[in-house]
Amino acid sequence: MRATRFFYRRLPSPLHATRAGVGALWAAALSLATLLLDQPLVLLTLLAGVLCAGAGAGVGRLLARSMRASAIVWVPIVLVNVLVSRQGLTVFARLGDLGPFGQGDLTLEAAVFGAVIALKVMLLILITTLASLAVDPDELLRIVRRLSFRSALTASLATRMIPVLAADAQRLAEAQRTRPLGPPRGARGRVALLRAVVGGSLDRAMDVAATLEVRGFATARRAPRLPRPWSRHDIGFLASAVAILALALVGRLAGAARFDAYPEVHAPVGAGTIGLCLALFAAILLPFADRRGVDG
Amino acid sequence: MSAPLLSFEHVTYSYPGVRTPALSDLTLELEPGEFCLLAGLSGHGKSTLLRAACGLVPHFHGGHFAGRVTLAGLDTREHGPAQLGAFAGVLSQDPETQLVMSTVRAELALALESRGHGATAVARGVEEVALALGIDGLLDRSTQELSGGEKQRVALGAALAGRPRLVLLDEPTSQLDPVAGDELIGLLRRLNQEWETTILLAEHRLERCLSSADRVIALQGGRVGCDGDPETFLGWAAREAPALQTPAAKLFALSGLTRAPAGVRQARATLRAHGLLGEEDRSGAGETGSAARSRSKARRAVRNAAALEMSAVWHELSDGPAILRGVTLSVAPGESIALMGRNGAGKSTLLRHAAGLLEPTRGRVKRTGRVALLLQNPGDYFIHERVADEVPPAALGPAGLEDAGERNPRDLSGGERQRLALAIVSGSGDPPAVLALDEPTRGMDRHAKAVLAEELRLRAKQGQAVIVATHDPEFAAACADRAVLLADGRVIADATAAELLAGGWYFATETARILGGAAGVLLPEQGAELLRRRSAAVAAAAGAPTPSAAAGEAVSAADPGEPSTPPATTVAPGVAR
Repeated sequence: MRATRFFYRRLPSPLHATRAGVGALWAAALSLATLLLDQPLVLLTLLAGVLCAGAGAGVGRLLARSMRASAIVWVPIVLVNVLVSRQGLTVFARLGDLGPFGQGDLTLEAAVFGAVIALKVMLLILITTLASLAVDPDELLRIVRRLSFRSALTASLATRMIPVLAADAQRLAEAQRTRPLGPPRGARGRVALLRAVVGGSLDRAMDVAATLEVRGFATARRAPRLPRPWSRHDIGFLASAVAILALALVGRLAGAARFDAYPEVHAPVGAGTIGLCLALFAAILLPFADRRGVDG
Repeated sequence: MSAPLLSFEHVTYSYPGVRTPALSDLTLELEPGEFCLLAGLSGHGKSTLLRAACGLVPHFHGGHFAGRVTLAGLDTREHGPAQLGAFAGVLSQDPETQLVMSTVRAELALALESRGHGATAVARGVEEVALALGIDGLLDRSTQELSGGEKQRVALGAALAGRPRLVLLDEPTSQLDPVAGDELIGLLRRLNQEWETTILLAEHRLERCLSSADRVIALQGGRVGCDGDPETFLGWAAREAPALQTPAAKLFALSGLTRAPAGVRQARATLRAHGLLGEEDRSGAGETGSAARSRSKARRAVRNAAALEMSAVWHELSDGPAILRGVTLSVAPGESIALMGRNGAGKSTLLRHAAGLLEPTRGRVKRTGRVALLLQNPGDYFIHERVADEVPPAALGPAGLEDAGERNPRDLSGGERQRLALAIVSGSGDPPAVLALDEPTRGMDRHAKAVLAEELRLRAKQGQAVIVATHDPEFAAACADRAVLLADGRVIADATAAELLAGGWYFATETARILGGAAGVLLPEQGAELLRRRSAAVAAAAGAPTPSAAAGEAVSAADPGEPSTPPATTVAPGVAR
C-alpha cells in the first residue's frame, strides 16, 4: 500500500495540469542545472526550489520522505570521499599510517567536496521523484507510442504493474504469516516461496496478456496525435524550463557559480551568485503561482 | 429473423493437456440485443464459452478445438481476438488484471488507439463511454487509487469504448459489494436497453441479475442443459439442478408455489395476489428499549468469556485516513459472526487486527488462543506442487481432499482450494480459538458455498468462534448467528443475523426482501414455513379448505399464477405471468 504512494496521482496543481512533455522537459532542465552548477549556495537554492515546487505540486511530504530515504546514498558519498580523498590542505583529523592506503588525514576540503556531490545526487533523486509523482507517465509514454507502440505500451504496463505485483507479493507474504508455524523456513522453503511468487506473477501476466489481446494489441497501430491547446501552465512551465537552462548556462559560463574544493575551498558569493540564486528560485517557482484551471 | 450475432455450432473444446472437454458438442445462437445469462456450477464451461466467443479459445489458450464459432459473421478460427475485439468487449472477475494503464482516460483510449481510430474518434469515444457509465469524474484519476467498483466500471468502459455489439462478462460482480454489484447490473441493463448492446453474462449469484435477463443458458458438463427465459430456467433448475435455484425460487418451491419468480418484485406481486404478503415488519429498525438492554447485557456476558475482544481499536495510516475508528467487538467461543459492509469499510483490516497481522494505532486486541485467518485469495497459501505437501496427511481427510493428494493445488476447483487453504491455516494441532475468513465465497458456486457454510457451522458447534467478512447476505445468513455492519471504519450495526439481514435493502437476503423483513426470516426454508402459516391463516379466515396445509403442497396445483381467492386487480401490472 505504501509503495503505491510514490506513483503518479492526478492532483490539483499547476505541474499536474501541465502537459507531460513540458513537465518532463522542466524536470530535465532542473536536472541539467544541477549537473552544470557546483556552487553550494546555488545548489542549496535549487534544493529549496525543488522542495517548494514539491509543496506547490501537493507532494511536499512525499518529497521530504524521499529526501530522508536518499540519505542511504548521500551519507556514504560524503563518508567515502572524506576517507578516500587525499587532497585538501585543512586537516581536521589524523588517522595515522594506514599501510598501503598511506596517511589517513581527513581534510575539510574532501568533506565539502563530498557534500557537494551528495547534494547533487540528492537533488537528482528529488527531481526524479517529483517528476514521477507529478508528470503523467501514460501521457509521456503516449508520445513515445507514436514512435514505437509496443515498446511504449510495454513500458506503460511495467509502470502500472509494479504496484500491482508489489501488492501481490505483500498479499502472499501476509498469507504465509498466517500459517500456524509461520512462513516456510530454510532454503527449501524459500525456494518454494520464490516459486510461488514467480508463478503468481506469471498467472497475472497471462491475465493481462489476455486483456491486451482482446483490446487489439496484436493489430496495434501508431497512436494518433491528440490535439491539445496550450494551457497557461504549459506555457508557464515551458518558459520556466527555458529560463532555468539559460540561467544555468549563464551562471556556468560567467563564473557566477564558481566553486573549487581543492586545494582549499573557494566558493565566492558575490552579487552575481546572489542574483543567480534569486533568479533560479523565481524561475522554478513562478509557474506555481498561477493556480487557475489546475483542477482537471 | 436477423442473423445471429454469435453462434456456436457443435463446438467441442479441451484445454491443453486435459482429456475431459470443457465444452462438448455445444450449439447455440445469440441474437442482437439479447440480455443472456449464463448459469452453471463451477467447472461446467461458462468461462470457456466466453473465451471461445471472443477468440481467446483457441488462439490464446491453445488446446483441441472442433466445431465452429462465428461472431458477427467472422469465424473465430480465422480471426484472432484482436480482430474479434472490435465486435466483442470482455470483462472478467478481477478488475486488477484488466486495467493496464495508469490513468482512467488512457485506459479508455487504449482500445480505440490500438485499433487505429483517429484523434477525434478517440477523444469522442472516451468522452461518450465515460458519460454513459458515469465515470466522467474519474477520467484523470489514477487507476491505482480507484475502489473495486470503480475499477470494474472503468474496465467495463474500456471494453465498451469501441462500442462493441456484444459484451461478454465473466462473474463481474464477484469482487463487488452488494451496492456496487447492483449498480453494475443496472448499468448493463441500461446499455442493453438504450444501445441494444447484446449482453452475455456468466454469474453465480443469479438472484442478482435474473430479473434483468431475457434468456438464460445453463451449462452442464460443457453442454447446454437449459436454454430459455428465466421462468423456463427456474422450472428446469428445480427439477434438474437445484443448486442453481435462486433463493426466491427455492422459497416458492418449498412453499408449494410452483411458478418460480425471477426477482423480488415478481415474487412479491405473486404473494400479494395470494394474500400471503402480510404486514411489513421492519424489525431491525424498530428495536425496543428492552431488546437493546437485553442485548447489551448479553454482550457484557460475551465479553467476560470472549475468544476475541477488540476494545476501541483504531487503525490510522500515517499521512492517511483512519481505516478503523474505535471498533469494539467481542466474539464468544462457538459464536459465528458475519462482518458486512461496502468495499473499503474496514472489514479486511479488522480481521488482520484480529489475527495480529496488524497492530492497532490505538486500542487493544485480546485473544484467548490462536486466531486462524483465511485471506481472500486461497491461492496465496499454496507454495508446493502437490496438495499432500501443503498439509499433513491427516488433515486431508477432514478437508475432503483425501483423493487429491497428488494433484497440484492450483488445479483444484474453487471450493477445493478454499478447503485446502482452510486446512493450512487451521493447522494440524489444537484447533484455533477463532477462525476468521475474509471473503471466502468469491467466485464460488452455490453448492460450494453451502458446503463451506456447513463446515463453518460445524466448527462453531465445536466451540470455535467464527468471523466471516462477506458481501454475500445469503452466505452470511447461512453461516452466522450475528451480523456486524461496518461503514467508514465504524461499527454501525451489531445485531442478530435475523435482525440485521432482514431489515435492509442491500444487506438483506432475497427471502427477507421478498417477505419485507417479516419475523426476521432470512432463508428460503424459514420463509416457506412462514408462508405455510400465512396460507393456513388466509384459508381459515376465508372459511375455505387450507390451500397449503402441509409442507410442499401446492397453493394452487392447477395454475399457481392464477390464485383462486384474491381478485385479479391485486396483481401488480406487468408482473403477472
